[in-house]
Amino acid sequence: MAASVHSSGDHARRDVSATSTRPSLLRRVRWSELLAEGAIFGVALVSILSVLLILVFVGKEALPLLTSAEVRREVTPAALFVPHGDAGFLWQPVSADPKYNILPLFAGTLKVTLVSLVVAFPLSVLAALYVSDFAARRAREIIKPLIELMAGVPSVVVGFFALMVLSTWVQAVFGTEHRLNALVAGLGLSFAVCPIVFSISEEALRAVPASYRAAALALGATRSETLLHVVLPAAMPGIAAAGVLGFGRAIGETMIVLLASGNAALLDAHLGRSTRTVTATIAQELGEVVVGSPHYHVLFALGALLFLSTLAVNLAGERIVRHMRGTRRASAEAP
Amino acid sequence: MIARVARTGALPHPRSLEARGRTHLSDGMLRAVAALATAAVVSMLVVVLFEVVRGGLGAMSWAFLTEYPRRGMTEGGIFPAIVGTAALTLLMTVAAVPAGVATAVYLTEYASPRSVTARLVHVCIANLAGIPSIVFGLFGLGFFVSTVGRGIDRVAYGGTITYGQPCLVWASLTLAILTLPVVVVSTEEALRAVPRELRNASFALGATRFQTIVRVAIPEAASGILTGGILAVSRGAGEVAPIMFTGAAYYLRELPTHLNDPFMNLGYHVYVLATQSPDVDRTKPLLYATVLVLLGLTFILNLLAISLRARARRRLEDHG
Repeated sequence: MAASVHSSGDHARRDVSATSTRPSLLRRVRWSELLAEGAIFGVALVSILSVLLILVFVGKEALPLLTSAEVRREVTPAALFVPHGDAGFLWQPVSADPKYNILPLFAGTLKVTLVSLVVAFPLSVLAALYVSDFAARRAREIIKPLIELMAGVPSVVVGFFALMVLSTWVQAVFGTEHRLNALVAGLGLSFAVCPIVFSISEEALRAVPASYRAAALALGATRSETLLHVVLPAAMPGIAAAGVLGFGRAIGETMIVLLASGNAALLDAHLGRSTRTVTATIAQELGEVVVGSPHYHVLFALGALLFLSTLAVNLAGERIVRHMRGTRRASAEAP
Repeated sequence: MIARVARTGALPHPRSLEARGRTHLSDGMLRAVAALATAAVVSMLVVVLFEVVRGGLGAMSWAFLTEYPRRGMTEGGIFPAIVGTAALTLLMTVAAVPAGVATAVYLTEYASPRSVTARLVHVCIANLAGIPSIVFGLFGLGFFVSTVGRGIDRVAYGGTITYGQPCLVWASLTLAILTLPVVVVSTEEALRAVPRELRNASFALGATRFQTIVRVAIPEAASGILTGGILAVSRGAGEVAPIMFTGAAYYLRELPTHLNDPFMNLGYHVYVLATQSPDVDRTKPLLYATVLVLLGLTFILNLLAISLRARARRRLEDHG
């Protein structure tokens, strides 16, 4: 209303400057709008900034491995992978002659991750199938929140359970050589992997259009034939993404493996022996390392490798999931 | 059934078809295997819960919650760890929730779906959620403690170490970045569920975009934002790896009172007691009880969040 009072003045001004076409009062409001939009936009950039900062600052501390002559006198990037003299593949950063071979750590991560996926993946996909296609509504409304709760259990609690209880059980059943070993850590880890694989697989199965199931049943297929030959294949990209994201979760998990794996950097394929992962190594050694020492930079290099591998894994997984959601939206919108 | 499909053109839900399809022995087998797998997954949770409650209930008492640890943490309580965890998650929430809500508001209210920036923000949020927590620990140490903290010390404190050390504020900010995706995802879902008509009505009444967001969209999405905040607190309260090098302390005689104080933390306390106890047998009951407190805390928060979300979704279904 007030704007109309000024409108004649505005008309007069418009003759002079063609830039302003709005009454002054509205313009004042728009300034605060622009300010708010700018501020919100600025805060929204925090997420992009964070990812960049993580990349830069973890990378920055890893870089002296390539650039600093002082660091390179003790360890070179090649020494991280190539065996050290006749000592073989050894990770012994704290000794008179430090050895920084990271292959035992990668082997540890791989062993523990494989155990967790072998256990968690089939169980979770089958559970997702049960919830999406067999369970009654009531059962579904109990099972899904329970598995969501699983995702909320702190990993230090799971690690504690694996350390105190699971390790005893595993030793009693399998008679393992060490009480804490790759098997215990992997089983503990499967607790953390299950919720992820379950929820993404369940979403993928639910995204398969009802018409697929109806068509298969109409063609005379039995229920199990429909599920195994139509529904599961149709949901396969999503289930694969679930596996990929579960893998990403497993290689990045720290507290469970730190507590349950025994933390001995041995390069072997034996599940009953102690092992040590990349994440647990960083967690255990960074607290005691001299800042700026070669050991310090190697630990950051491990972190950078971990960051890049999970980034790759997650980008791939997210891509499939987004594609899955996109096609579902498209099929839902189709008449 | 077929006649109805032909008449309405709408396919029935597959669940209503099941009784009519051919049944076979393999159907029952698949069903049994799937049910067994579900039971196995759920039983993991039940077993952990059962063991923690069984082991922890004995040492649980009011004194345990309100006393300081004594005799090398083989006696006494976990009061400083509870206070430290509360302070940590409070500061984290103060940073993460406004940032997360603003990000979600940008994504839903301002950005066009084709905006490159919005897509980049989405990708970064998804990736932030996938970065291993230990990498956040490295980042917190390398960025907040060594770079920002040392910088503040140089400029404001003449080089005396004040903020250039692991402490409450850096651990909180590290956790805030870690939990940012939780807040964003939850808030975004809630904001997208707010009907467009409400916004249009607000615009029609002469409200600006920002007024519409603050007075209409955000209040409508409040329960979703609350859910995100609760989930973030629960996540932050349970994380250990990111705070190990950015502020958590083994044992402290005093509670943290300043932003640059170190602090004790429930999860870190569990780790310390489990791995570095001087007397394992005497620590064990305390260790179990600490785990019970941590698990109880995260459970209550998660249950709250799940029921809030379920209610919001049901309301949405009723509306739709």
